[in-house]
Amino acid sequence: MAKVPVDARVVDSCREIAANIADDVQRFIEGHTTVGVERTTARAYGVEGLDDQGAPLVNVLVDRCHAQGLLSHGIALFLGGALANGAPSVNDAAERLAYGRDWGPLPSDTAGAKKALVAHTRDAILRIDAARDQREATKAKFPAARTPLKYVIVATGNIYDDALQAKAAGFAGADIVAVIRATAQSLLDFVPHGPTTEGFGGTFATQENFRIVRRALDEASAAYGRYIYQTNYSSGLCMAEIAWMAAVERLDMLLNDAMYGILFRDINMCRTFVDQYVSRRIVARSGIIINTGEDNYLTTADAVEKAHTVLTSQFINEAFAKRAGLAEEQMGLGHAYEINPRIEDSFLLEIAQAQLIRQIFDRHPLKWMPPTKHKTGDIFQSHVHDAMFNLVGVATGQSIELLGMFSEAIHNPLLMDRYLSLKSAEYIFNTARHLGDEIEWKRGGIVETRARQVLSEAHDLLREVERESIWEAVAKGAFADVKRKRDGGKGFAGVVAKGPTYLNPFVDALEKGKG
Amino acid sequence: MHPTEPKLVTAYGDREGDGMVQMSFVLPLPPSAKAREGAKRFAEAHGLTEPLVTTMEEAAAGYTYFVVYGRSSHSIDISRLEVSELETHTLTHDEIEERVAKRLGRRIVVVGACTGSDAHTVGIDAVLNYKGYAGDKGLESYKCFEAHNLGAQVENVELAARACALKADAILVSQVVTQRNCHKDNANALVELLRAQNHRDKVLLLLGGPRIDHKLALELGFDAGFGPGTKPSDVANFLVQRLCGEETASGRPLAPSKG
Repeated sequence: MAKVPVDARVVDSCREIAANIADDVQRFIEGHTTVGVERTTARAYGVEGLDDQGAPLVNVLVDRCHAQGLLSHGIALFLGGALANGAPSVNDAAERLAYGRDWGPLPSDTAGAKKALVAHTRDAILRIDAARDQREATKAKFPAARTPLKYVIVATGNIYDDALQAKAAGFAGADIVAVIRATAQSLLDFVPHGPTTEGFGGTFATQENFRIVRRALDEASAAYGRYIYQTNYSSGLCMAEIAWMAAVERLDMLLNDAMYGILFRDINMCRTFVDQYVSRRIVARSGIIINTGEDNYLTTADAVEKAHTVLTSQFINEAFAKRAGLAEEQMGLGHAYEINPRIEDSFLLEIAQAQLIRQIFDRHPLKWMPPTKHKTGDIFQSHVHDAMFNLVGVATGQSIELLGMFSEAIHNPLLMDRYLSLKSAEYIFNTARHLGDEIEWKRGGIVETRARQVLSEAHDLLREVERESIWEAVAKGAFADVKRKRDGGKGFAGVVAKGPTYLNPFVDALEKGKG
Repeated sequence: MHPTEPKLVTAYGDREGDGMVQMSFVLPLPPSAKAREGAKRFAEAHGLTEPLVTTMEEAAAGYTYFVVYGRSSHSIDISRLEVSELETHTLTHDEIEERVAKRLGRRIVVVGACTGSDAHTVGIDAVLNYKGYAGDKGLESYKCFEAHNLGAQVENVELAARACALKADAILVSQVVTQRNCHKDNANALVELLRAQNHRDKVLLLLGGPRIDHKLALELGFDAGFGPGTKPSDVANFLVQRLCGEETASGRPLAPSKG
């Protein structure tokens, strides 16, 4: 086996430090909620629909509560209070609160409010569990796919075209289809509603769009005798709401990262940390696999100099994920083939890192990302570049591989681009299936040396982050060369300290775990 | 001016004038002898003679992928083409610093952003941030530039307001991800906005991105366009040339000096 030397003591120490880093943030998380978390809670209780301006009821409800300065009690307290006072359904309770003449007094009977929510909390958890069971049952009908799973993206802007393209990708051999989101969506502080047919750079994530693609992929799975996974994005200002929708609509994977929004979308740190926690609580229960976004670091920072920041962040993402109840088998930690291909022996540096990460995170369904930064409009060269990436993917046993597209630097993939990409990946995965088992790296050679160096640098950076706290480290640009302040960025106004009477039986139930 | 001699060119395979071209495409048909003939005719309709369909594979249910080789029957008279190419004079990092210090005596203020829905900051970051790209340092690394990177998804109104407030000499707009030509509409909307605010003449407007070229940028009302492969130093050189280059001595007004 093409193993690299991994010092278990250093890895243990990295995990310990990452645990300390995450614990520091976890104390903050436990003391706070956000408008996103409260909207998620309302959705889980069955609040749905739009007002006459097209604003989701959950937004009108939570914004009104927040405007009164009452969100520190939790929206559940008010919904439960309205139920206890005779509202016939949660949705009716929400409408009374959102559209009534005034918000009304703080429910005095907290115990009554809690009691009124018991059945609704159980139903919410049952909805997640039912979708999970249905996913497992559907998956069990098909043979398990061989890794690396082949992951492709569709992004037409129109959900009906996406559904067609998703089926076409299934035909051509894709195991996983992601519908990439419209680029502006991560900064929207609401989730759009219904099927959508216009979007720039991708298609809006909506609950109805999730259903449409799930249906198409179920059909494709049946037609091609292979389970085809559905992926979307639980990121941006609505991470937790989207996690809820994905969980009940039976998605298989979600892009979900503890720090991505902070670094790459300039979303406030406090907001992101709280939102990622609740989103991951839902994900943990639903059995969805997350994909973290460390690959992005190397698109802004140098992939040789900053390789260790990827590993550092993976330890931190893992620590946060554990605190949200995720199993290792759900943690698709991300990394990427982004070293400048003109550097001599860059292939060896890539393989060293890919193998190192494979060994350190041995139970995790690692997400291996293709070259993008050094792609040009020369599609023929680009196809070769992707081939080298595929070779590393299969030789180092990556779990989920987002296939490179030769038209990466040109446009969103066309049907033909995806077909050729899948054809090439199939060829390489098959022709080099056991390459990794046959190789032993030269003692003290380039690969071994690089693996040692990256682990050691990651360990140093973790210590530095621990010393400074992650809040300071991010402010100084430790990750992706991007600097963000604790009170800067979007969505900070939606972060609220929980009051002593804060109520959220839905999140409490998720925290109690299964059974 | 003497009339130029016509110069006809066609694609080159391995002999002068053979017109060899390969194309690949998908037709919404299942593979069949008829589909193959259809692909051949499709190539002929594009001006290829003797087209050879070298690959026919089903890429999706009801969709077939083709590779075709053929000889193009078309040629182009290159002497009649007019293309506006952006020619920048190449000064080194040090020469740029010296030029600005001597001729302008103050820093050049640059404001950049990815505008509209575009969240892809790779291009603007490479040009503005210290790090730069592939060893070519970004504008932040120059003493003579004051670079403000506003990041992603910046609205035109906000960009114009910031540029105005900072008394920017130049605005850099990056448009990476696009669908249905929204990059054009969005870029043009900024020009219109600046015109409406009587600010267009006070600032240089630069447009960059994988689908941008100089000609397109000029058409959209920008001063320059930078396509794929642009290095930060190309942008630095352009700015220095426009704001304190040779041509500033011959008629083009110097940017107003600022306190």
